[in-house]
Formats: sequence, C-alpha cells, structure tokens
Amino acid sequence: MGWQVIRGWALAVYLFMFLPVAVVVLLSFNASQFGSFPMTGLSFRWFVELAHNDAILRAFRTSIVLGLLTAVVSTTLGVLASLALVRYWVPGRNLISTLLIAPILVPEVVLAVALLLFLNALSINKSFLLLLMGHVIFTLPFVILVVQARLVGIRRDYEEASLSLGASPIQTFLQVTLPLLAPAVFAGMLFAFTISFDDITGTLFWKPGGVETVPTQIFAMLRNSISPEINALGTVMIFLTVGLPLVGLAIARRLAMQRGS
Amino acid sequence: MSVEAREKRQPWILLSPALVAVTLLLFVPLAFIVVYSFWLRTATGADQTGFFLDNWNEALSDPFYRDILISTLRIAAITTLVCAVMGYPAAYFIARSKGNKALLLLMLMLPFWISYIIRTMSWINILGVSGAVNWALIEIGLINEPLQMLYNETTVILGLVHFLLPFMILNVYVALESIDISLEDAACSLGSTRWQSFLEVTLPLSLPGLAAGGLLCFVLSAGTYITPLVLGGPTDAMFANLVFEAIITQLNWPLGSALSLMLLAVLGTLVLTYNHFLGMGQLMKGLG
Repeated sequence: MGWQVIRGWALAVYLFMFLPVAVVVLLSFNASQFGSFPMTGLSFRWFVELAHNDAILRAFRTSIVLGLLTAVVSTTLGVLASLALVRYWVPGRNLISTLLIAPILVPEVVLAVALLLFLNALSINKSFLLLLMGHVIFTLPFVILVVQARLVGIRRDYEEASLSLGASPIQTFLQVTLPLLAPAVFAGMLFAFTISFDDITGTLFWKPGGVETVPTQIFAMLRNSISPEINALGTVMIFLTVGLPLVGLAIARRLAMQRGS
Repeated sequence: MSVEAREKRQPWILLSPALVAVTLLLFVPLAFIVVYSFWLRTATGADQTGFFLDNWNEALSDPFYRDILISTLRIAAITTLVCAVMGYPAAYFIARSKGNKALLLLMLMLPFWISYIIRTMSWINILGVSGAVNWALIEIGLINEPLQMLYNETTVILGLVHFLLPFMILNVYVALESIDISLEDAACSLGSTRWQSFLEVTLPLSLPGLAAGGLLCFVLSAGTYITPLVLGGPTDAMFANLVFEAIITQLNWPLGSALSLMLLAVLGTLVLTYNHFLGMGQLMKGLG
C-alpha cells in the first residue's frame, strides 16, 4: 500500500516537472493568432516567423559563439586544474578545491555585480569580453567537478607504461593521456556550453546595450506579452538543450566503448 | 633543475591559470566592492572616493530594505520546504525502484537542461488569463470570467519550486542510494514496522542529502531576481531585485555594492554554517 502512494507521488512530481514544458511545445504549433487556448489547429507558422526574425537569429548567434568560447576557455582551465588536483600531491589541496569552486558558493547576482564594477573600474566596459569572462568564471567550478569525477576513474598505469617504454612526457600526454581524457574534456565542454547558453542572471548585468543572448531576448519579449513566437522559440530551445546533452551522452558512451574494446 | 623539484612545480603550473582566473574575476572584485560600498555616488553621477557610511546606513536601517530581506528569506524558506516535501518521496521512489533507474534519473535531468527562463515563463501558459487552467474552468462552466491567478507571491514560489526541485531530488537520491538496503531489512526483521524502520534508520541516514539539497534550494532561491520579474507582481520584489535596480536602473553603484554585500553576508553565513557542521562533501557528490 505504502509503495503505491510513493509511486503515485513520484508520478505527480514528474507530471509537475513536465506538463508546463509540454504545454509550451503544444502551443508553439497553435494556429491561432494568440498564443493561448483553445488550439485552433496545427501549424508551423510561428517557426517560420521565428526563422525570419533578425533579432532572434542574432541572439542565437551571440549565444552560440559565447557558449563555444566559454566552453573552450573554461574547460582548458578546468582540465589543467583537475589534473593537478587528481594526479599530484598538492599541499593545501582542500583549500585550493574550495577556492576553485567558490564561484558557485557566491550568489550569482553578487558575483555579477562585483565583476561588473571591478572591470569597469579597470575601464573594461560592458562588452562581449566582459560577458565571456563572467561566463568562464561561473562555469569553471562545474567543469572542475565534472572533470575531476571522470579523472579519478582513469588509471595511471597506461601513462607509466608509456613513460617506461621511452616516450617523453609530452609524447605521453599527447598520445596517451589526452585520448584517455577525451570523454572528460567533452563532458566539461558540454556542461560549460549548456550552462552558458542558459544563463540570464549574470548576463543581464554584463551584456552591452543592444546585444542579446537567447535567454535575455526571451526575457525582453516577455515584457510585452506572451506571444506564440515565444513558445516556438521555447520549443526550439527545449529541443536544442535536451537534444544536445543526449547526443553528447551517446558520443561519450561510444568513446568509452571504443576505449574498452 | 632536479626531477623532484620539477615534480613539485608541475601541479602549480597546471593550477595557476584557474587560480589566477578565480582570484582576478572573483576574489579581487569582491574585495573591490567592499571598498566601493564606502564611496558615494554624487548627484552628477561621479563617484566620490573616501570612507562614507551613508550606503551602509541606508541599507541597514531603511525598513524598506529590511522588509524585503525578510520576505526574501521567507520565500526561500517556503520554497525549500515545498521542494523537500515534494522531492523526498520522489527521490525515495527512484532510489528503491526496481525498474530502470537510469531512465528515471535521466527524465529528472531533462528539465534540468531546459532553459530556466523557458521553464519560468511556461507557467504563464498554464495560469495566465488565457492559460490552460482558466480555459478548462470556463469550458466546464465553473467560472464565466477568467481568474487572475498569476503575478503574486504564490506564483513566484511555484516558479522557484519548479526550477529547484531537481536539485533537491538529486541530492536526496544520492544520499539514499548510498544507504545499505539491508539495514532497513534488519530493522524489520528485528520487529519494527516498515514505517518505523524508515523513520529510525533510512530518514536519519539520508539527512545529509536533504540538508545539501535544502541549502542549494535556499541559496539559489534567495538570490534570484528573474522569477519575481516574470511571475511576480509589482510588490513581489526580492532582495536581488533591489540589487539589480540599484546597479542597472538607478546606476547607484556604491549603494548596489552595499546591498550585494548584505545578501552575500546573509547567504554566506548560511553556507559557512552548513560547511562547519556537514562539510562540502555531500554537496559536491550531488553536483558531480
């Protein structure tokens, strides 16, 4: 009996999580003028309008470029730091770990204010560079946590074998360590990209006037009213942000399997 | 250089880019806004450097700020409580399920990946004047005019719960998963009922996960300003909204610095207290 209640409860929680999102997808295909019930028919017209909306296309480009750069910089910093923390004995290891994950322990609004005002005092105004630095600093802890978790599982024997067989440390890193690291690097980049792509809290503080990312563009559109176009944009975002990690997961699994065989 | 010396230097070379980034982009800026909060923004828009207590005086003694701080903490507390009550049984279900756990977890992670702003605004489709609920109620003839359900404190909490619930479930799940099921069986075979064994064995052992999830929910909800802007009314501003107003709208950066530091002090105390009693280990398990 008790188990049935728990199962029902869990089902209700899943419904609570998914229903609003499902309604966004459903309404984005609504043929009616207004993005609301009742549905008057199925139509792709809002997606067509989306594809012709310059502001939204620009926002997409900005978000993708920003996300990719963030992923590359943040993962580079994160992988190097994780290697040091997992592979070497470092004095004060706990303190260093805490310092490196501090950006997620500080509320993002506070981080956003501090970074904006400090860089402004150094005459770095609201700009793409400021956005990038902000995104790097708050994705870094996530990258470090994910990469460290993966690194722990990689045995050192391969590298030691390579070194003892006469390869130089650099050769060993490029030909043995890096391929072994690939899934961790990949997971870190994916995580950084997704978090950057989704961010709005810091972005609203750092973005220069006239530059919008996809989330800030949606936010600006919400100020007027909820149009079917927003639902269509939401649907595109849902498929992107859900599809991307799923594809990523599949690739990571394949990489892991190749290594295993 | 000897091999040993190189071995010793290597980790620092690897760590330095990340440490430099965190120092220059987080710690120095934080120290800077501490100094900045004692400056004054003059009527001309220029900053007057010096040591003035005006901003702190305003931030700490104005009942307007105090009331919003209190209501922010109240909203965060209610959100955390609702997440715990909704999330615990769901996490228990996943952890003890005999079905496909990976799939259940994946389904929980999906909303995690879906954009925060999309998930927040999705409630307008449900509860808005022309949303699903009003439409359904009118269709079945319960009401004639659409109800105004949006833009109040309840919808702000609803949006926050929807955003934060996966954090709670994941943390509780990680804790439950690490408990040996045979402990519960042992308690049962020694004569306690299922319910008793849950209350006296499983629940206490899962408390660290509940605390980690609770901390995340509380800190993240107390620091938000987007949800109140999208789902709240004009009087539902939270503390981070005041920070946003001061920095972006009024351009009073010294006052904004003081307000940010106030928020940091309150939430930082909470994080430090948590760290003192429980350590960061459990939290990291849930995140990684």
